[in-house]
Amino acid sequence: MNASANSIGIVSAQRAHFDTPLVFRSGAVLPGYDLVYETYGTLNADKSNAILICHALSGHHHVAGYYADQPQNVGWWDNMIGPGKPIDTNKFFVVGLNNLGGCHGSTGPSTINPETGKPYGASFPVITVEDWVEAQARLADRLGIQQFAAVIGGSLGGMQALQWSLAYPERMRHVLAIAAAPRLTAQNIAFNDVARNAILTDPDFHGGDYYQYNVVPRRGLRLARMLGHITYLSDDVMADKFGRDLRADNFQYGYDIEFEIESYLRYQGDKFASYFDANTYLLMTKALDYFDPAHDFGGDLNAAFARAKAEFLVISFTTDWRFSPQRSREIVRPLLHNRRRVSYAEITSTHGHDSFLMPHPHYFDVMRAYLDNVAREAA
Amino acid sequence: MNAQEIKFAAARPDFAAIAAWIPDGASVLDLGCGDGSLLRYLKETRDVRGYGVEISDLDIVSCIANGVNVIQNDLDAGLADFEDGSFDFVILSQTLQATRYTEALIQEMLRVGREGIVSFPNFGHWRNRLSIMRGMMPVSPELPYQWYDTPNVHLCTLQDFETFCRDHRVAVLERRVMSGENEVHLFPNLRGRTAVYRFQRAL
Repeated sequence: MNASANSIGIVSAQRAHFDTPLVFRSGAVLPGYDLVYETYGTLNADKSNAILICHALSGHHHVAGYYADQPQNVGWWDNMIGPGKPIDTNKFFVVGLNNLGGCHGSTGPSTINPETGKPYGASFPVITVEDWVEAQARLADRLGIQQFAAVIGGSLGGMQALQWSLAYPERMRHVLAIAAAPRLTAQNIAFNDVARNAILTDPDFHGGDYYQYNVVPRRGLRLARMLGHITYLSDDVMADKFGRDLRADNFQYGYDIEFEIESYLRYQGDKFASYFDANTYLLMTKALDYFDPAHDFGGDLNAAFARAKAEFLVISFTTDWRFSPQRSREIVRPLLHNRRRVSYAEITSTHGHDSFLMPHPHYFDVMRAYLDNVAREAA
Repeated sequence: MNAQEIKFAAARPDFAAIAAWIPDGASVLDLGCGDGSLLRYLKETRDVRGYGVEISDLDIVSCIANGVNVIQNDLDAGLADFEDGSFDFVILSQTLQATRYTEALIQEMLRVGREGIVSFPNFGHWRNRLSIMRGMMPVSPELPYQWYDTPNVHLCTLQDFETFCRDHRVAVLERRVMSGENEVHLFPNLRGRTAVYRFQRAL
């Protein structure tokens, strides 16, 4: 991937260490931890122009720009964030971080536990969206940001953005929840469970402590990613991109790769398994499954969202079946019930759940129109 | 929206008539809200708590740019996102004639809102009648479309609408009939170009 026009350019990651123990929702305690993050743009004098980007399952802190020594390593949302882009770094101070439990530098299962001298592995606590937001709030404190202009996230990142509005109603003015859901459906949890089972049953998993055996549960992680990938694409886009195309001219009547879609999925699975940590994958999917703001309110989302004070922009994509427009409407309804300011756009797109990462002109127009007003308020 | 644009919004006769019925601080749902001009006007002049419903992608962007809350939805799919009695007023301005399930939508308006307000082009205006008598479908500033390329599938006259209300337990509270900026009192179904009605569920 190459940096797009108007890239923020060369960026570098920073590291913040936290000594105050973090008590997880599960009751587990992490005595200290590191968060890696990147920032783009300039924080204004009254610190009112900060935007937090929350990442999805496989995301991280490298959201935009590229590294001086790795010009090909472009941030995962570089098309959205940069000078003159919808999340305009000429106007906003943008913060992206790698969530706790991640595998891109923040403390996670593959990090050495200072108490044992060995990777946390299976001992890393199961983490929730609420725990992430807690850690993100501490990073905001560290950066001197009392109130974000906006907290923005897609998919699992959208859940974090929603959680911000519930945990810290005063600490952001706007929430942008893109291709998100207030909570997963049974079908969605089922997909996650199959993915986890692929990893858990890999002989190289070793109960999560595979690091000490110098192996990784590559087969499981690969299968998990292949399954995930199917659910991120739409039927239409798969038909369009691959159809029934074969790599050879004729059927081979065997089990090697024959259809282009098989080749694509295996390539994606292999690529992912070569850099992503299996334990992090397990943690991320559990965080997805557990998130339910209505859990403490007898299942009532209206009651759960009564705390929210932010203004909301909710965006969904027509062909997204993993986080369908219907799920986004389940976010909109409790906001309407609670008379919050909310807008909802349903973007016609062929790219399924992955649409939220694509440079779709109308999607970008919606983002730009909304954020231009947010910038005007912050100025 | 600058002062000139506000003036324009105020100058659209049905907007002015609608705005006159909305008290300060009311809650308003504007169905088929277009670029959000009416809601923005009501927000700035009446401090209303408002939401728009719109299906067009372009209008969604305009509403957001206008700082108007907008929910992208097809009116023909109903108003399932909105709870019973959650608004003081539900407005359907110059959209009634383009809805497919008009009957159901009027009922939905009165489920969601305490009162409904509709404005529509009066098909009974004498120019339209004359056009038909000459054997042609009318084309006018209020009905600018050719018959083969029109979103208007449910055109009606004042009399038609009032009959509809009587037959559907809808009580008309107030009516304003306009020709341009002027109100029409004499022979409204013949001389009125635009009709605006305020109504509620009949007891």
